[in-house]
Amino acid sequence: MVAILEAKNIVKVYPNGVVANKGVSISVEENTIHALVGENGSGKTTLMKVIFGIEKPQDGEVFFQGRKVQVKNPHDAIALGIGMVHQHFMLAPDLTVAENLVLGQEPLKNKFVLDTKKAQEITQEISEKYKLPVPPNKKIKDLPLGIKQRVEILKVLLRNAKLLILDEPTSVLTPQETEVLFQTLRELKKYGKTIIFISHKLKEIKEISDKVTVMRDGRIIDTRDANELSEHDISFLMVGRDISYERVSASEAIGEPLLKVNNISFTNEENSPVLKNISFEIKAGEIVGLAGIEGNGQNELVEILTGLRKADKGELFLKQENINNLSPRKLREKKICYIPADRMKNGVAEKTTLEENFIVDRYCQPPFSRGFRLNWKYIEKYSKELIRKFQILAHSSKATVDSLSGGNIQKVVVARELSADPKIIVADQPTRGIDVGSEELVHNLLIDARDKGSAVFLISANLDEIIKLSSKIMVIYQGEIVARFDKIDGIRDVDLGHYMLGLKRGEV
Amino acid sequence: MDKFILNYFNTIRISIAISIGVAISLFLILIISKDPGASIGYLFLSPFLSRIRLESLISVAAPIIFCGIAIAIPFQAKIFNVGAEGALFIGAVAGVVFAIVTKMPPLIHIPLTLLVAGLAGGIWGLIPGFLKAKWNTSELVVSLMMNYVAYFLGLYIINYYFRDKAAGALVSLRISSSAWISTLPFFSRTSWSIVIALTFALLVYFLLYHTTLGYEIRTTGFNLHFAKFGGINVFKIIILAQIIGGFIAGVGGMTEIMAIHRRFNWQVSPGFGWDGVMVAIIGRNHPILIIFASLFLAYLRIGGHHLNLMSDVPYEMVSVIQSVIILLITAEAFLVQWKERITVKEAERKEIPHGTTS
Ligand SMILES: Nc1ncnc2c1ncn2[C@@H]1O[C@H](COP(=O)(O)OP(=O)(O)OP(=O)(O)O)[C@@H](O)[C@H]1O
Ligand SMILES: [Mg+2]
Repeated sequence: MVAILEAKNIVKVYPNGVVANKGVSISVEENTIHALVGENGSGKTTLMKVIFGIEKPQDGEVFFQGRKVQVKNPHDAIALGIGMVHQHFMLAPDLTVAENLVLGQEPLKNKFVLDTKKAQEITQEISEKYKLPVPPNKKIKDLPLGIKQRVEILKVLLRNAKLLILDEPTSVLTPQETEVLFQTLRELKKYGKTIIFISHKLKEIKEISDKVTVMRDGRIIDTRDANELSEHDISFLMVGRDISYERVSASEAIGEPLLKVNNISFTNEENSPVLKNISFEIKAGEIVGLAGIEGNGQNELVEILTGLRKADKGELFLKQENINNLSPRKLREKKICYIPADRMKNGVAEKTTLEENFIVDRYCQPPFSRGFRLNWKYIEKYSKELIRKFQILAHSSKATVDSLSGGNIQKVVVARELSADPKIIVADQPTRGIDVGSEELVHNLLIDARDKGSAVFLISANLDEIIKLSSKIMVIYQGEIVARFDKIDGIRDVDLGHYMLGLKRGEV
Repeated sequence: MDKFILNYFNTIRISIAISIGVAISLFLILIISKDPGASIGYLFLSPFLSRIRLESLISVAAPIIFCGIAIAIPFQAKIFNVGAEGALFIGAVAGVVFAIVTKMPPLIHIPLTLLVAGLAGGIWGLIPGFLKAKWNTSELVVSLMMNYVAYFLGLYIINYYFRDKAAGALVSLRISSSAWISTLPFFSRTSWSIVIALTFALLVYFLLYHTTLGYEIRTTGFNLHFAKFGGINVFKIIILAQIIGGFIAGVGGMTEIMAIHRRFNWQVSPGFGWDGVMVAIIGRNHPILIIFASLFLAYLRIGGHHLNLMSDVPYEMVSVIQSVIILLITAEAFLVQWKERITVKEAERKEIPHGTTS
């Protein structure tokens, strides 16, 4: 087999002195799907950014189709036939989907003006071809993550790359969407394309890839044929220990209802009803899972629960107390915490330090501040404690968030929210982008919180996660709860899938 | 050595930018001037060569410091309110009116006058802030327009109601002597205004980096969505940042009047607000750096002024020099690569023994 891409002895040191790639050599054979796996912060994204010309390595060489190449910037990479879907998207938020897709190769009217209609047609065409539906005229900033992800993928497909780098493309997709993506990838493979695929989901890796390369701490540990490895082997290679995938035992002590949602409805700016009469309750000591394909109203529901959006109709109760229309601050004072799905938008301020990110919901309480004065000494001590407890890979508590790997940024958010001693936890994709080892940590923390009597509302595209953790499951489809399961034993993800796609409706 | 460079990186970067600016200006003077040696001396050395000039340098810096920190507060919240000029102007008008019509013991009169000026400036900050928070209007445009409104409204008030008819020019009546700010002991020109300016700069430093309000302002600036999510009332913060900025600019304007002119005699807007924008950018919105940036700008001004008086080089030269230096400092990327190279060398030495591969 011929290698389409070969990287030799890549060394990448970031300006802050972190050595993210410590002499990495990898060879990717033509026309294969090659998985790259490893713990958070092991250097996967960095290696891909080097190959794609975003980061400049200090040492090492890259060969593409047998020739030594100098990729100085993404433009060079695209010219060579390399495309990349980024972990944290690089789309222009104020442009529409169609404009983003054609960016850099715009169809022109009269040689100067963007031919908007043509751009829309191109968008429609490619989106139908690969079965990845997107709204061509919506601005990127108004889209939920899952849709942004599709736009990123389509953008690379449109550029007709020979080598596609997909950095955690499935972390924001539901299993059905993932399945569609995989069909696309297999199709692309038939056309002779090569794909590098980064993921933390072992099942997917096993399913789609031909080869698996494992990274740890900036180095490559091993490259093997995928069919030689079991999921177990991969996770063992990655984290060096075994991980449990068992469903966790249900909580014993279920208490009174903590969160009550009564008949919530919401109609969006375009006058389409996004939420229709949503009602449910979560008791103390319970985890209620909400399954659904992204864009079926979950975002709006979560924003209403956390005070970022007002419902048109309906009521929210914390125990007996009406908490409708309370501000985010008031809700947080009532110990409602929130892990947002879009960590870069809502979860962090990436240009500030970890310390400043840890205190956003508690800076005005002692001992973080006394009166109006911040207590930086205590904040530093506290931050170091969180970094240790949540095993966040950062070189200092004063490191800026954007110097962390994707999974570690997620851990920053989780650490802050779960350390707030919450009564109600709204966890929207809490383990998105987190490696299997840390996923277990987060799951255990959610279970601990549950056992201490918190009510947990878990929204996840990852059905395994929902089935593993939830005491009850609801399925949302087009803004309605279409199924409820009060007993979880024996439920399979395909069962949920039918409801999620709207093929079936349950008694609700 | 590398370690040393890393620690003082920002200082070094700014010094290099300044040196390049100076080199370019030397070059220009060499071309323009018939007696370049003397001209260079006037421009760069003269501010230090007489005590009077050194003292004027400090006096000139005071209002620039005020406006720099006034601009820095909304800038830190990513609010591009450039209304310091208007706030300063209207603050001075309000303060002058108050100080003309009232008379009290200096110890009360001075702070009270400054307070009135600050409040007027604060209102000027409130308007673009409120419009921005409520209807998302561009604070840049609104604050620019407010600068004109301040100018015409201010001149109207002064010329129609408080004009000193005995004076030959369009100036206001004198303010009560109880509201004068005097010179510092042992100084002939430098007044207490520089002390007030420095005090404000320190207070603003404390505000931004050590108080909850400062944290709210900066977090709002870094990521509005995140600030909202965390429970910060960004609506309130956006308005408050501009009120505080306007307040400080207003105080700055009035300080200038009370220390130097002692009546309102600005027939054109004095331009300190724009200097403020400049030093806020050079000082990266950090109050302490803004102090140094303001002193530096004042130094260029005094040197330029002297050069203009004594030689054949036009005053516009100074603007050119200023622009070059500011351009260089503002270009963030400038020299950053150099820093990266050194950090990388350090890290490689520590972390990667020679010849390792995976
Ligand atoms: N821009 C940056 N500046 C400084 N350090 C960085 C930067 N980006 C990444 N790093 C550091 O480099 C290391 C590797 O990060 P990288 O993003 O490559 O990890 P990853 O394998 O993609 O992890 P994840 O699974 O969490 O996405 C981490 O220690 C991270 O903190
Ligand atoms: Mg990554």
